[in-house]
Amino acid sequence: VYQVFENVAKKYDVMNDSMTLGIHRVWKDILVHKMNPCPGTLLLDVAGGTGDIAFRFINYVRSVRERQLQRKLKDHQNLSWQEIFESYQKDKFNSLGDSQVVVCDINREMLKVGKQKAQHLGYSEGLSWVLGNAEELPFDDDKFDVYTIAFGIRNVTRIDLALQEAYRVLKPGGRFLCLEFSHVSNPLLSRLYDLYSFQVIPVLGEVIAGDWRSYQYLVESIRQFPPQEELKAMIEDAGFFKVDYENLNSGIVAIHSGFKL
Amino acid sequence: GRARPSHSEPRGRDGGGGEEEEMEGWQQLYPGHIPTSPLQKALLAAGSAVMALYDPYRHDMVAVLGETTGCLALPNLRDKMKNHPEGYRILQERPRIRLSTLDMARLQGLPDGSLGREYVRFLEDNKVSPDTRMPPKFVDDEELAYVIQRYREVHDLMHTLLGMPTNMLGEVVVKWFEAIQTGLPMCVLGAAFGPARLSTRKLQVLATELVPWAIRSGLNASCVLNVYYEQRWEQPVESLREELGIFPPP
Repeated sequence: VYQVFENVAKKYDVMNDSMTLGIHRVWKDILVHKMNPCPGTLLLDVAGGTGDIAFRFINYVRSVRERQLQRKLKDHQNLSWQEIFESYQKDKFNSLGDSQVVVCDINREMLKVGKQKAQHLGYSEGLSWVLGNAEELPFDDDKFDVYTIAFGIRNVTRIDLALQEAYRVLKPGGRFLCLEFSHVSNPLLSRLYDLYSFQVIPVLGEVIAGDWRSYQYLVESIRQFPPQEELKAMIEDAGFFKVDYENLNSGIVAIHSGFKL
Repeated sequence: GRARPSHSEPRGRDGGGGEEEEMEGWQQLYPGHIPTSPLQKALLAAGSAVMALYDPYRHDMVAVLGETTGCLALPNLRDKMKNHPEGYRILQERPRIRLSTLDMARLQGLPDGSLGREYVRFLEDNKVSPDTRMPPKFVDDEELAYVIQRYREVHDLMHTLLGMPTNMLGEVVVKWFEAIQTGLPMCVLGAAFGPARLSTRKLQVLATELVPWAIRSGLNASCVLNVYYEQRWEQPVESLREELGIFPPP
């Protein structure tokens, strides 16, 4: 798996856009909206490589924070200028409100691309990049408010271990969110999807990234991944409660959610 | 042998092993072979053509284009080789032109004007190596895969015989020659679209002198793949040109 992603790292984002015709952006937006983070949230994004979820999280929290500050400003309109000025010293216009995201990935190349992207797009504060294995996270127990894994869990050899680790590092009350390709039950759509996956995607891989085999691996790994109900059961086995899933695009992609209580 | 698909549609696999040789019930015929359906070949041909034009440094795309469009030209070439004594021997013995198989010191020691000496001079002057040729992936017949591999490895010798350098102009001229000689659609496309990136002055030289000469030589010459180059290093380039029917370069 490691070598596949080494080849894939630099062209990852281009390939994602081509393969999904840009729809993966919408899926990731929906994930972060579902998360609905407030300022002060500590997020762990596993297999987050090139930073897509992390950047969306930061944007979301920033806009929530801006609204918070605007409301505060409105409340302060009856104060004197002196009092307003004094309140600045105390508040320290923390644009993120102490939110932080830790991006963890097993692959150095993916993290490198992510860091470059962050610099290029102007994300500086609130981001940390850590090398780590989802089956054995380098973090202490009960640390994070939210754990996300977007299009990463199917590449983990022992999914049950990854889920157990997710449970361990989440704080009580913390939320597990998983965005992943899943199973399409509609037979017509399923056939079209198969046709597209097996005929077009490896060709795109060869033409854009010069790498047929990695993308052949990709479509095969999607087919071998547990379907919605099975993944839900696995998440429950790891100790999560209120486990549920939401199908996007009739099951091409699904978001699974669970809580550590 | 020819690959025969066991069915014409890809199946979505749930829970099976991920061996790509078994992907569509087809077999991997040679190391590096990736079996593909007709639809995939069509998509590859279109995609690689666009990508090769968009990014001229993607030599792998030119190679893929050649493989996916060569289904008529390659058997033709193979038959030409089979019917010629020297070509037949090449198909039997399958020689490869690689740095590991070439005795560079010996070739350098040959007299000036000999094929071996001029070939080595060409490699040095243009700073190229025969090892950068892509192995075939999408040809569904291992003998034809060898034919296209041989065509790629002999390309530098074409440069030597035609006296053309590896700049854009030289490459286009060689492509015209190869297009006539092999009939490979990839060569034809390269010959037609390659000049798009040349300056007008160069285009003039190309159109008035070089291309007509390349076409005449291409038509007049016997099949260049039927020459066992590895056994002719001592032969002077001029004599080989005469033997093949390539007119002296302008």
